[in-house]
Amino acid sequence: MDIDLIPTPWQTVGPYFAISLAGGHSIEHIAGPNAKGERVKLMCAMFDGEGQGVDEALIEIWQANADGRYNHPDDTQDKPVDPDFLGFGRQATDENGICVFETIRPGRVPGPNGTMQAPHLALSVLARGILRRLPTRIYFAGDPANEKDPVLALVPKERRETLMAQPVANQPGAWRFDIHLSGANETVFFDV
Amino acid sequence: MILLPHTLSEITGPVYGHGDIQETDNDLTRQGEGEPIGERIIVTGRVVDDNGRPMPQTLIEIWQCNAAGRYRHKSDEHPAPLDPNFTGAGRTLTDAQGNYRFTTIRPGPYPWGNHPNAWRPAHIHFSLFGTAFATRLVTQMYFPGDPLFPFDPIMSSLPDEKARQRLISKFEMDLTQPDWALAFRFDIVLRGREATPFETK
Repeated sequence: MDIDLIPTPWQTVGPYFAISLAGGHSIEHIAGPNAKGERVKLMCAMFDGEGQGVDEALIEIWQANADGRYNHPDDTQDKPVDPDFLGFGRQATDENGICVFETIRPGRVPGPNGTMQAPHLALSVLARGILRRLPTRIYFAGDPANEKDPVLALVPKERRETLMAQPVANQPGAWRFDIHLSGANETVFFDV
Repeated sequence: MILLPHTLSEITGPVYGHGDIQETDNDLTRQGEGEPIGERIIVTGRVVDDNGRPMPQTLIEIWQCNAAGRYRHKSDEHPAPLDPNFTGAGRTLTDAQGNYRFTTIRPGPYPWGNHPNAWRPAHIHFSLFGTAFATRLVTQMYFPGDPLFPFDPIMSSLPDEKARQRLISKFEMDLTQPDWALAFRFDIVLRGREATPFETK
């Protein structure tokens, strides 16, 4: 193989990824109808620095099942895999910058140094004009486990709110997560 | 950006797509009723991690414009013809040695509104998941000798000439199929799970 072993660099996903990554290859159901756990209808809304919705952006989600087990061979925890739970979702945002996923609230998974992480979803944001994906996390506002989450602890207190999905009033099971690409409320993004 | 220590959430990632690869998904010249217009090419290569280990059974998804420089997408307003026999979408899994292979049509360059007389060099978009959330890669493959390289802000977003060279495929006479199609090699190195983010900048 005639190459060095330096990772291939990123390029922007551009505006036309839906040809291959969304459309018929969208995944809206991270959890199937019979998956174990508390149902979550998660609306993600993406905004630019002026507060305008960002359309044709790609949002990808990766999460553990209700028992805190990832659907992956490298998760060797002694916890059950859920046959009706995929753990992955991806969709393009609509003309208002919105997409909605059907899932369940994940269980807790281990963190560094014997800690336990609060329930969270790993999220990637990809869009035209963004050279590399922006990784972030979604936590659930009001979850008592957030107080001791080892990753939230790395985030300045005044910015932790940007990682919280908020319950939607009068709609049981509905949560909303706003992603701000820039501006005063810019979402905390991680170097993964 | 806040540096995220890798936990179970980052060292795992979606393992899917194995069940739904169709026979013509890696041959973009056989997805319509007839053959698409343009120069038929083979795009092939190997996917390894940054220790040189092959990445088998890895989903690769590609998308591209047609030979005239037009994407089959509602937002593409370039006044070039669509090709009824070309979707521009392909997907495949790497084999046990990390090898993949697509047959497609060489994409055309196309104008875009970035700056006056802006044209994208011909390219194919690649999307790979690897084995973990942390190994995700979305990139673009280019063709050797394209005169548009120096004018392209997307390629120039990589300040390092060596990094840009890694995105340019190589013409391969040995893999070129007589009386059929030229071949281009594009090898891909995914981050290892244990790599720190700084190494990929």
